[in-house]
Amino acid sequence: MTLYFTQEHEWLDVTGDTATVGITDYAQGQLGDVVFVEVPEAGRVVAKGKEAAVVESVKAASDVYSPASGTVTEANAALAEDPALVNTAPQGDGWFFKMTLSDASELDGMMDEAAYKAWVATL
Amino acid sequence: MVPFAGYAMPIQYEGIIAEHLWTRAHAGLFDVSHMGQLLVPPGEDKALEALLPGDITGLGKGVLRYSLLLDPHGGILDDLMVTRRDDGLYLVVNGAVKAADVAHLRSGGISVDYRDDWALLALQGPEAVTVLDRLVPGVADLRFMRAGSFAWGGHDLWVSRSGYTGEDGFEISIGVAGVEAFAEVLLAAPEVKPIGLGARDSLRLEAGLPLYGHDLDPGTNPIEAGLAFAISKRRKTEGGFPGAEIILGQLLGGAPRKRIGLAVDGKLPAREGALVFAGDVPVGVVTSGGFAPSVGAPIAMAYVAAAQAADGTPLEIEVRGRRLAATVVPMPFKPKNYVRAEGSNA
Repeated sequence: MTLYFTQEHEWLDVTGDTATVGITDYAQGQLGDVVFVEVPEAGRVVAKGKEAAVVESVKAASDVYSPASGTVTEANAALAEDPALVNTAPQGDGWFFKMTLSDASELDGMMDEAAYKAWVATL
Repeated sequence: MVPFAGYAMPIQYEGIIAEHLWTRAHAGLFDVSHMGQLLVPPGEDKALEALLPGDITGLGKGVLRYSLLLDPHGGILDDLMVTRRDDGLYLVVNGAVKAADVAHLRSGGISVDYRDDWALLALQGPEAVTVLDRLVPGVADLRFMRAGSFAWGGHDLWVSRSGYTGEDGFEISIGVAGVEAFAEVLLAAPEVKPIGLGARDSLRLEAGLPLYGHDLDPGTNPIEAGLAFAISKRRKTEGGFPGAEIILGQLLGGAPRKRIGLAVDGKLPAREGALVFAGDVPVGVVTSGGFAPSVGAPIAMAYVAAAQAADGTPLEIEVRGRRLAATVVPMPFKPKNYVRAEGSNA
């Protein structure tokens, strides 16, 4: 498994052609208290850069764009009951969905964790 | 920090939910200096009564009255607090429209002294009285909607027992030279934490208090907004305020639509602008909505057709193409904790 990060503050944990997707600790800090997450259902085809999920914080609703193209295989059902997992464990139990990747080359150019952290420090 | 009414304002410090719950349990300090503080000299009560529906001539010293600046159609130009002081009438108006308010008052022949050299702090929550009375002895004797002159550290304070959270608390006017030191002293108290705009909004929403520019605007009038209490008894008989014919007509005959509270099923918040339906028929629109930390669920304020406004009416709210079940409920969503004077209905 390899961790990738995007400039939209999403992470992908990739094993072969499957990935688990979520948002980063920086992103959850910017959003504030998360009270609802709308995740794509299994079977939905998502495209890189297109809307895939919606996060509702106390402040506002924010779109989350799919960091890669492919098909959703599983939504994180735990978020329905406990959306605050996005705040408490953004890179753990607060994952959004799992997907199969249709174009592994989309991972090229994404950051590793060290590069992402260095970049976030400049924001 | 976000820009608001020309000021850089904090949305949150440690988090909206934590700040909200802290204020309900302890004491929260809000910097609301963006609000307009105006002084109208003595002798202009009647001129002010020509612009709003409150009884100003009968307003006792040190008493606050909630009122509304109205346009000729009864539309709400702003909501405000008016207090009688020795040096005249003290008005607190909303920050976003304060310049327009000053111009409107002056065009009504009223001499307005806009005191942008005064800051305004709100200390809100059940422990606010303990904290403030420790620093400013005597404020505990004020009751809800009463105000008086005090001092701290050589600075004059005008302290009102009022607020915008549904909790007991105070609003403190102090000159800009003293406000930073006073805020630091308040924040040093173990009961007090700083609270941002986010929690100010969620607290007032739970308290059922409307927000100007969202739940109130020139397209809404006091009757449909559920603010008939702001029309003083004498003014209901005498009229003589802008839009009196329309407003007093609706006071008797009812308004075609009403501001109501909605309890929303599930966890998805319904926000400002979401349409409200009764079956397939659109009957209104959400004007404020969000997650209510003390309720633990989403709530909303909406204007709906009078036929759909009764408590218990089942309605639906459309959010991103899905329909959320909601029920009309009485406001406040969370009971208020004011310290009222005995026999007072101020």
